[in-house]
Formats: sequence, C-alpha cells, structure tokens
Amino acid sequence: MNYQAIRSIYFFEMARFFRTYRQSLLAPVISTSLYFVVFGAAIGSRINSVEGVPYGAFIVPGLIMLSVMTQSTSNASFGIYFPKFTGSIYELLSAPVNFFEATVGYVGAAATKALIIGLIILGTSYFFVDLTIAHPFAMVAFLLLTCLSFALLGFIIGIWAGNFEQLNLIPMLIITPLVFLGGSFYSTSMLPPVWQAITMLNPVHYLISGFRWAFFEQADVPVGISLAAIAVFTGLCLAAIAWIFRTGWRIRQ
Amino acid sequence: MAPIVKVNDLRKSYDSGFEALKGVTLDIEEGEIIALLGPNGAGKTTLISTICGITRPTSGTVTVSGHDIIKDYRQARSQIGLVPQELSLEQFETVMNAVRFSRGLFGKPNDDALVEKLLRQLGLHDKKDSKIMALSGGMKRRVLIAKALAHEPRVLFLDEPTAGVDVELRKDMWRVVDELRKTGVTIILTTHYIEEAEAMADRIAVIEKGQIRLVQGKVELMAHLGKKEAIIHLTAPLAEVPASLAHYNVELVNNGSALRYVYDVRAERTGITSLLNDLQTAGLQMSDIETRQSSLEEIFVGLIEGDAA
Ligand SMILES: Nc1ncnc2c1ncn2[C@@H]1O[C@H](COP(=O)(O)OP(=O)(O)OP(=O)(O)O)[C@@H](O)[C@H]1O
Ligand SMILES: [Mg+2]
Repeated sequence: MNYQAIRSIYFFEMARFFRTYRQSLLAPVISTSLYFVVFGAAIGSRINSVEGVPYGAFIVPGLIMLSVMTQSTSNASFGIYFPKFTGSIYELLSAPVNFFEATVGYVGAAATKALIIGLIILGTSYFFVDLTIAHPFAMVAFLLLTCLSFALLGFIIGIWAGNFEQLNLIPMLIITPLVFLGGSFYSTSMLPPVWQAITMLNPVHYLISGFRWAFFEQADVPVGISLAAIAVFTGLCLAAIAWIFRTGWRIRQ
Repeated sequence: MAPIVKVNDLRKSYDSGFEALKGVTLDIEEGEIIALLGPNGAGKTTLISTICGITRPTSGTVTVSGHDIIKDYRQARSQIGLVPQELSLEQFETVMNAVRFSRGLFGKPNDDALVEKLLRQLGLHDKKDSKIMALSGGMKRRVLIAKALAHEPRVLFLDEPTAGVDVELRKDMWRVVDELRKTGVTIILTTHYIEEAEAMADRIAVIEKGQIRLVQGKVELMAHLGKKEAIIHLTAPLAEVPASLAHYNVELVNNGSALRYVYDVRAERTGITSLLNDLQTAGLQMSDIETRQSSLEEIFVGLIEGDAA
C-alpha cells in the first residue's frame, strides 16, 4: 500500500481548498445566512413549527445536507476532472499508485472539505436559531457517511465527464432537485398523498430524514431505513469504482 | 549485463481500432542515452506512454529492471520518471510544491534538501516559490523534468524535451541531459530533429508507422548507412557533364565550376579512383577535392523514402 501517495494526494487537494479559503469557506456561510433570512424569517413567520420543531431550526439539517451533498460531489468531481483536463493526470497514471489509493486520496479530501463546510453551516445556524442535537454521534455519523458517499459519486462523475458541461450536469440536473424535493425545507407529511408516495422514491429523502432524526428525533421514515439507504448508495458507488478500477474506463486507454 | 528496459513484441491498438504500435522490440542498456527518432504520428509517444503505464498494451511485454510493467507495476514504475510531450502542469501550484507532490506520489518520504538540490541543478532554484503559471515555457519544461526526477528514478523518459524551445534553450537542454547522464540515469528521448539525436544520444532507434526500423549506435549508423559525397572543384567551369562521365552519379554544381559525386561508403568500390582517372582522360583539371559524410537527416529521409518506394 502506497500510504505516502495517499497522503500526498490528500494534502495536495486540501491545499487547493485552503488556497482559496475565502471562496471555499465564506461562500457557504453567506448562502446559509441568506437561506435563514428567506426561509427562516420570511416563511418561518407564517409557519410556526413543523412536527413540533420551530421552523427555523427544522430547516437546519436540510440546509446542511444541501450544501454537503453538492459540495462533496463537486469537490470530488472537480478534483479528478481537473488533472484529466490539464493532462497532468499522466503523473498519477505513471506513478506506483493503484486506483484504490487514488480514490482514498481524492475522495477523502473532497469529503473532508464538505465536512468542514457542513460544520461551518451548523455553527452559523447557531447565530440564527436555538438548536439542540438529540443524538450527536448519529448526527456526525450521518454527516460523515453523506460526505463520503456523495464524494464517491462525484469521483465517478469526474471520471466520466468529458467536458465542463457534463461535470455540472448531474449535480445541477439531479442532485439539487432531489435535495429540494427530498424534504429539506418541509416535512413530507405536509404534502398531498400522491407526492408523499413519489418522495419515497427519492433516495436523498432518506438521508435528510435520518439526519433530521439525529437532531430532533423526528423523522419521515424510520432511521434504520435511512441507514440502510445510505449503505446501499455507498455500496453502489464503491461497486462502480471497483469496476472502473478493473477496466480503466475513461482513465487509461 | 541485462538491459534495464526490455520491450518485447509490444502492440497497441487504440479504442478507435488504430494500431499505433505494431510489434515493437527494443532493449535499452543501463546508463545509455537512446533517441527515438521518427516523424509525427510514428508512435513515439504511444511507446513511451505504454511503457510508463499511461496506456495499456494490447499485447507484448515490457520489463523495467526485470519487473513486468503490468504484474509488478509498482516496482517497475518506481524506477521510471516521465517528462511528457505536453506542458501538463497544475498552473496554480508553486514549483516546490509540485515537485514535492511528485515525490510523494511515488511513495518517497518528503525530502526538501533533495528537491532543492534538484531545482538548483535545473536552474530553477530562484523560482521555487513561484506559481507555475508565471514561468516561461522553457522553465515549465524544467519543472516537468524536476518532477520526473523527484523520486530518483533510474530511467528517464523525455518526450520531445526541446519541442517549442529556442536554440539557446535547446543547447541548454542538451547540457542538462548530459549532466543527468553523468549521474548514471538511463535516458530515452524522442525527437524529430536529427541534430538533437546526433548531439545527445549514444544510440538511435528510428521508428516509423509503429515499427522500429533500425537501432544502431550513432557512430555506426552514420558510418554504415552514410553516403559520402565528393566535391571536385575544377579549374575551368563546364556547361554540361562530359559524355565520358555520364555513367557516374555526378552532377554540376557551383555554376559548373565543381562536380558533385555521391557514393556509398559501404560499397566495395567507391568508384573514386576511376572517376578521377576518367576526369583526367577527359582533359579536365581539378583544383581541389573535398569529401563530406551525409548527416543523419539525409540518412533518415533516405530510409523512409526507400521504404515507400
Ligand atoms: N488516444 C488516441 N486514440 C486514437 N489514436 C491515437 C491516440 N493517440 C495517438 N493516436 C494515433 O497513434 C499514432 C501515433 O501517435 P503518437 O502520439 O504515438 O505519435 P508520435 O510519434 O509521438 O508523434 P509526434 O511526433 O507528433 O508526437 C498517430 O497516428 C495518432 O493519431
Ligand atoms: Mg509524440
């Protein structure tokens, strides 16, 4: 195992993040604050509480999930796509590094960045609402698993993408809508029955529900199902990466 | 001594179905500088990429210090440094960090003293904290070399090290390569320029259409394949080649004041003596005679044209 290589990739990627820390860190703080103003203050003044949780607090887990999912996906996809784009990936391919090590380095860094952003958003929300976390360990576990699984997904997207449009396609077209429609800012119990049934097909819904349970012990679906859903998703991503590893798909001609 | 790089019947077909390597066999000895010489699209980059692990071979084998590049890819690749043809670099990184990263990627612990020594050797030391995008093209090429050498490889591949580099920098690159050779690194470089192969290499492999056409020591190649020409300066200019000399391969040059005779040094009889005799018989006086060996370029062109014919 080439641990040195994993370390090098990880810190090289993290360095990119900290080099642009103003954008990297400030942007999520600002956008979170905006969400609080729009959803918390404007809408929250009409809706008192959802399932016994004040609306301002209710949206916190959804907000964190929204950022964490999009950030880990885009960080990981960009991290591997960029060297492909500039051609500097030659070095990774000619190094004594296997695909597993490369994945750990890139995905690990992307997940770490997303985790940092998630924690910053959590910190920011304390300025706006009163928040108590019922199950801190479960909360951290859900957060970590989400960062990791979506970074894996992003890694696959980055390998697949042939241009910058494709790189943004899946996050824009699939992930963001799924997060918005997955109950980030409302409880599915507020929806008409038809839409409730459709939401059950949305995988992101299970993650948000589980994550929210860790905060408020209130969930749309049982927490065990949430855990199973994220496990299946992570497993699928790992299987796809293992296949890419074997075939060299889009990486090694 | 066993060759440090052994390429055996290597074939590579791209996904498009195009066969870029058609059974390449080549042994590279430790410590030598070998030039892969060939026109655009000959398969030089494909050959290097396949040895280095960037593309997968379709069939055939390659070993580096006895390690198979597929089965023992870790040991094989640890021996190799690659300087690619394109200036593919992370533009926003500093020189120092980029080189450190390369070393780490090859599993070697961080060693700033070594990296700085390398940068000094390549004349990059005063740029070590510059962003790569702020460097000139020639400097970027050196950064690529520093990156390739950061893990102390025994074999260095240089894919067109002097492409797009001015004459001054080209000479400079030759000097860098010469210094690397003194440290015992085996060097494989590709080039379109004969003068470059002539200046840098010990041996030359001519590659064309995915096949190695010949591999020979530079000196032997020039001697064996070379044509020589003799320029015979005449005291009085001629309007045309005299009929008595027509059966020789001669032509008038310098407005008729000299005869140019091309002959093959490999032939048993060069024909020089009888030409000079016939010259005298025809009543021509010569003032001087000079001979010149054809350059590799002419050899190379001859080889490829001969093949097409
Ligand atoms: N990715 C690819 N897919 C399909 N064909 C390719 C690919 N890369 C190279 N080729 C083809 O393979 C042949 C050899 O290309 P290669 O880059 O090895 O040549 P080269 O000798 O390095 O040329 P140059 O001197 O221009 O760098 C060319 O005909 C090229 O078009
Ligand atoms: Mg080339």
